[in-house]
Amino acid sequence: MLKLIEAIFAGRIQTEDIDTVGSKQFRGELNCNTAQCDKCGECLQVCPVSAITINEYNRPIIDYKRCVFCGRCVDACAGCALYHSNLEALPEILTGSSVDVGRVTNIRPGRSLHVRHLDAGSCNACDFEMGALSNPLYDLHRFGVSFVASPRHADAVMVTGVVTRNLEKAVHMTYEAMEEPKVVIAVGACAAGGATYGETYAIVGALDKVLPVDIFVPGCPPRPSAMIVALLAAADLYLERSKSMGNK
Amino acid sequence: MIKVKSTGLRGAANVCSHNGRNPLTAMFACDETVLGQGYAIYCLFEDCHAHDIQVVRAQFEMDEELKYESLTPLFPAAAWYEREIFDMFGIEPLNHPDLRPLVLHESYPEGFYPLRKKVAVDANIHGEREFKIATAQGEGLFEVAVGPIHAGIIEPGHFRFSQAGEAILQLDAKLFYTHRGIEKAVEGKTVDEALFIVERICGACSIANTLSFCQAVEKLSEKSVPRRAWVIRTCLAELERLYNHVGDTGNLCAGVGFTVPNNIGARLKELLMRCNEQVAGNRFLRGMIVPGGVLFDIDEEKRNVIASTLDTVEKEYERLVQILSEQDGFLNRVKNTGIVLKKTATDLSMVGVGARASGFSRDSRKDLAYGIYPELSFDVITEQAGDVYARLLVREKEVRESIKLVRQILELINSEDNSGLRAADLTYRAEEGSWGISESARGSDLHWVMLDKNQKIYRLFVRSASYPNWPALPVALHGEIIPDFPLVNKSFELCYACLDR
Repeated sequence: MLKLIEAIFAGRIQTEDIDTVGSKQFRGELNCNTAQCDKCGECLQVCPVSAITINEYNRPIIDYKRCVFCGRCVDACAGCALYHSNLEALPEILTGSSVDVGRVTNIRPGRSLHVRHLDAGSCNACDFEMGALSNPLYDLHRFGVSFVASPRHADAVMVTGVVTRNLEKAVHMTYEAMEEPKVVIAVGACAAGGATYGETYAIVGALDKVLPVDIFVPGCPPRPSAMIVALLAAADLYLERSKSMGNK
Repeated sequence: MIKVKSTGLRGAANVCSHNGRNPLTAMFACDETVLGQGYAIYCLFEDCHAHDIQVVRAQFEMDEELKYESLTPLFPAAAWYEREIFDMFGIEPLNHPDLRPLVLHESYPEGFYPLRKKVAVDANIHGEREFKIATAQGEGLFEVAVGPIHAGIIEPGHFRFSQAGEAILQLDAKLFYTHRGIEKAVEGKTVDEALFIVERICGACSIANTLSFCQAVEKLSEKSVPRRAWVIRTCLAELERLYNHVGDTGNLCAGVGFTVPNNIGARLKELLMRCNEQVAGNRFLRGMIVPGGVLFDIDEEKRNVIASTLDTVEKEYERLVQILSEQDGFLNRVKNTGIVLKKTATDLSMVGVGARASGFSRDSRKDLAYGIYPELSFDVITEQAGDVYARLLVREKEVRESIKLVRQILELINSEDNSGLRAADLTYRAEEGSWGISESARGSDLHWVMLDKNQKIYRLFVRSASYPNWPALPVALHGEIIPDFPLVNKSFELCYACLDR
C-alpha cells in the first residue's frame, strides 16, 4: 500500500493544458504557398481519398472530412508549394450553431456532457486515442465530460470508423436509444469522409449516410486534443439545443 | 511450394505439418479463374527449423465441384480458416464440425461469395441469412448476451455466455463486425495505393501490417532493401511493441478496477505515443514504411527523443511492475485465471504473447529471422502457467527486451553511415504468390500477396496475430465467472479490426 501511495505522489501533477499544436514533425493542416504552385495537379492524382479540389483561383482546397494526413500530396508537389503545418485541423460544426470551436477549451463551470462511444467499423486507432482522453495528461473529467456505459444515459454519441454492413443496425439502434436532444460527433476521416477504404460490398459509407452528423473531427486518427475540442463544442451545442427545447 | 489436386489437400497438409510439429500458420483461398486455373486453396505451415514457411496449394479444376475433405479434424486451427473460405468463396469443407457463417452477418444473402472475381467490389446485395450463435441448452442454464456495443471504449464484438450458475459453461463470440472488405478493396490497386489501405487495417498494428505487406511484395522484386531502411523499420516495429505492451499492462489493471497502475500505464503509453509523433509525424507511426525501404531517416534529434523517452519509461515501468508483483489482491485475481494449456495453444497454432505464456515458444523474429533481427541480441520470453498472470509476465519482460533492442538499434543508426533509405522503382513478378511476416505486439502477422500482369494486386490475404488467438479466448474462460471476462480478454488484448479486415 505504501508503494501505491508513493507512486501516486512520486511525479508532479501531470495534467496539461489542451494544446492543438503538434510536434515539429507532426503532419497537420495542409497549407499551400500559391506563389510556388505550378498548377500541375499532381496532388489531385496521388491523394488516395480524393480530398483535394482546385478552386476558381487555382488554389487547392482540402476537404478535411476526407483527408488522412498521409503526406503523399506534399511528397508529390513538384513546386514544393504544399506543406503540412504542425497545427491540428480543428473540428467543425456542421449544423447551425453560434458555438465558436476556437474558444471552447476554456474551463467553465456548469458545463457537462455524457458521451457514448460507438465503433461503427474503425481500425481502432481512433478508439485508442479516445481511450487516451482519460489518461492523467488529458484528464477529460476536469472539463465535465465523461463516457457513459449506455446510449440511454448519453447526451452525445462519438462515432469512429466507416459504417460497415455488419454494424449498420447497431448504429441505428444506439442512436434511437438516446433521448432528445442529442449530438452526433463523427471522429476521424472514416466516420467523417468515409473514403478511406473506398466503396466495398461491406461498407455502407460515411456516418452521414446513416445518422445526422453535427460535428466532425479531422484526422487519421485525430489527436486526443482535437477530440477534446470536439467534445467541448458538443457540450456547448448540447446546451444550446436544450435551451431551444425549453428544458433549461 | 507443393502443388496437389483438391482431393490431395488433406494428405499433403498432413505430411507438411510433420505430425503436428509444424504449426498451421494460415489457410486461405484464391479465385484464379481469371488466370485460367479455377480456384485454389493455400495452406501455410511454419517450419521453425528451416526458418521457412512451406506452402501447399490445392487446385480445383475449372468445372470441378467446390468441395473438399475438411482439415479441421486433423488441425483444430483450420476451423475458422475453413469457415472463412466457405463464407468468402463458397468452397465447402466436407465433415467440418461447425460450418456456421463467420464473416458475413445476417444482412447478407446466402450464396453471396464476395471474394469471387466476378463479384464487383462495391456489390450492393442485401438479403437475410441465418446466423446462429452457439449456446448450451439444459435445465437451469441461462444466457447472458453482451455487445456488440460495449460499456467501455472498445471495439465491437458480441459475446454470448451460457451460464451454469456463476460458472461460464460455454462462450461464443460473434466477431467480424468491423469487416470492411479490405482484401477485396485492394484488388486492382497498385502496390503503393494498397499500402495506404494496408496501413489502416488496424491502428495498433499499423507497423506490423505494413512491414508484412512490404516484405511480401519485396520478395517479388529483384531489388533489395537498403540496410539503413531495415534498421529504421526494426526501430519502428519495436516502438510499436513498446507502446502496446506498456499500455496493455496498464489496461489489464483496469480489468480488475485497479486504477493507480492503470493510470501509470496510460501515462507511460502517452509518453511513447508522443515520441512516436516526433519520430514519424503520426502517433501510430503511420506514413514511414514503404515498399523498398522507408521514407525518412531517424536523425540525431529524433534519436535523442527516443533515448530520453526510453529512460523515463523504463524507470517508471519498473515501478509499475513492482507494484503489481506486491499486491496480493491483484495477484489473487490474475493467478490461475483464464488458463490456456500448452496443448490447446499448439492445437490452435496460437501466436505471440498468448502462445508464449502457455509455454509454446514462437516468435517470428527468431523463427523466421527476418530483417536485421538475427544480429540483434534479445531473448524470447516464455512462461508455463498459461494464465492471466503468465501473459502479464511475458509482456513485462518483453518490454525490457524491446527497450534493449531499441537501444541497440539507436547505436546502429548512430554508428553506421546512411546507406540510402529506399530502393526506388520496384517492379514485381506477376502471378506468383509471396508471403511476408512480422512480429506485432500480439504475435506474428502474415500477409500473402499475388500481383497480376499489370502490377496490380490480384489477391491479398491478411492473417493478423489476433486470428489464431481469438478461438483460445472461449477455451480460457471455461468454468470462469463473467466478472473475469474483461480481465481475461484484456490479458490477450486481441484486435478486432485486424481480425475483421
